[in-house]
Amino acid sequence: MQKLVEIVAGVTSGSTTATAVVDEHLARIKAREGEIHAFNLVTADQARKDAAKIDEDVKAGKAVGALAGVPIALKDNMCTRGVETTCSSKILQGWKPPYDATVVTKLRNAGAVIVGKTNLDEFAMGSSTENSAFGPTKNPLDISRVPGGSSGGSAAAVSAGFAAASLGSDTGGSIRQPAALCGVVGVKPTYGTVSRYGLVAFASSLDQIGPFTSDVRDAATLLEVISGHDPMDSTSIPQPAASLVSVLDHGVKGMRIGRVTDLPEGCEPDVLARLEAAFDAMRNAGATIVDVKLPSLQYCLTAYYLIAPAEASSNLARYDGVRYGNRVDAADLNAMYAATRESGFGEEVKRRIMLGTYALSAGYFDAYYGKALKVRRLISDDFARAYKDVDAILTPTSPSTAFKFGSKTDNPLAMYLCDVFTIPTNLAGHPAMSVPFGVGTDSMPVGIQVLATTMGEQTMFKVAAELERAS
Amino acid sequence: MSDSISKETVVKVSRLARLSLTPEQAEKMTSQLAGMLDHFRDIDALDLSDVEPMTQPYPLKNVMREDVEAKSLDRQEVLDQAPAAESGRFRVPPTIGFDV
Repeated sequence: MQKLVEIVAGVTSGSTTATAVVDEHLARIKAREGEIHAFNLVTADQARKDAAKIDEDVKAGKAVGALAGVPIALKDNMCTRGVETTCSSKILQGWKPPYDATVVTKLRNAGAVIVGKTNLDEFAMGSSTENSAFGPTKNPLDISRVPGGSSGGSAAAVSAGFAAASLGSDTGGSIRQPAALCGVVGVKPTYGTVSRYGLVAFASSLDQIGPFTSDVRDAATLLEVISGHDPMDSTSIPQPAASLVSVLDHGVKGMRIGRVTDLPEGCEPDVLARLEAAFDAMRNAGATIVDVKLPSLQYCLTAYYLIAPAEASSNLARYDGVRYGNRVDAADLNAMYAATRESGFGEEVKRRIMLGTYALSAGYFDAYYGKALKVRRLISDDFARAYKDVDAILTPTSPSTAFKFGSKTDNPLAMYLCDVFTIPTNLAGHPAMSVPFGVGTDSMPVGIQVLATTMGEQTMFKVAAELERAS
Repeated sequence: MSDSISKETVVKVSRLARLSLTPEQAEKMTSQLAGMLDHFRDIDALDLSDVEPMTQPYPLKNVMREDVEAKSLDRQEVLDQAPAAESGRFRVPPTIGFDV
């Protein structure tokens, strides 16, 4: 895997060209995309044009951006003007957005070269990409296993060397879990850090865009570019992007790292063994390990799987066959809505719309959605108490390494349990990231999750960089 | 199977959500939703009477701005992506005469 920062250095110094870099990545796509299926769309021609433009600018001595010549893949739920954006759903197949997402504009302004749109679980609902209407993505490290999800295509694209970096979205773990399963770095920033304008909404109080990269420095570099206030997103935090690259060598000496003593059950022993090794590494680097209790964490699945579907049922009401996407014609408007949505949505999306509609419906609102919002508060309060005693917390990212295709598809609850360690931070709105840290008994990568409090990205990146040095 | 949700409720909710489920789909959906709702009963044990609901993670206030004219999306570009459009508008099937 070619590092993002090396590409930028090479392209700006003239020791390589953006064209050569993009061609190398497109060649790898050509060689392996057939078996991996990381992409819904590869935009090879446009990528070559964009790379040529960067090379012209470098030659002419013009200033180029912080991501000059870096091939980047985008999860296919981020709007790209005039370029198909499907959310891996039949209902949006063929739709070409009339505008760019803010992150896309920022990437282009920084000189990144977009190589394609990556596969996902339909509307980002899933943990394996098996819910994509266009077929699953395979884990590049073992194609009999899932890449994780929902941003499985973005994780696979970086793991396979199809792109130097990619963007995903994370509502309950959809960046961190696939990053762990594919052996790459994945970051979910603090809610409101990265603009959601042009990100197709799943659960608006939880969704956040973040990077996938092959190492921590690349993640910090890319996150600095895409962060910052955006007037087009009313939930965007009105603060400038934090400086992250500058803190990577600070170490963790004197830091207090939390070990959760009441972690939800169900984690594989080989993953827990890597977590212990991570604590040892932190101790060796001069940090203190402090036990913390997060008793409400055991209720996170319930809170999440009521709140996220409730928000989704409202957000996905817009797919009505009127303004965009596909329509199934019928005699009257209501019949057209139902026929369009019946044919356009896959099984998991329908299940979540149903669950959310039920949780919000008269007579059940207080028992389900209302209660879930209160449990969300308890989880947030647990974290607030813990962060009085610690600077960061380490947990596994996923309870297991990458699992085999089909092993969880018959049981929605078993699939939901994949997110048990990643969901709490979305509910609290905190940042968290997954860093590869060794392998399990099956030789597949294990990801360790670094958690920090709201706007605690600098602390999180210091710990992540230390973990990476020790791995 | 659990009695936490009935097939009649599932059919009613599917109408609210504008999803037309076949009888077989409704049957399967009922059993899957019942399984989930059973799991979700774990929070019934909690005393939540004094807990403030949390709807979103960041204490944001409503954002106001001056009402100034600005460039919007190109109308034709938007309509070009609609399933049906006519005379600068979205075209839809008859809106009256349906039964819900």
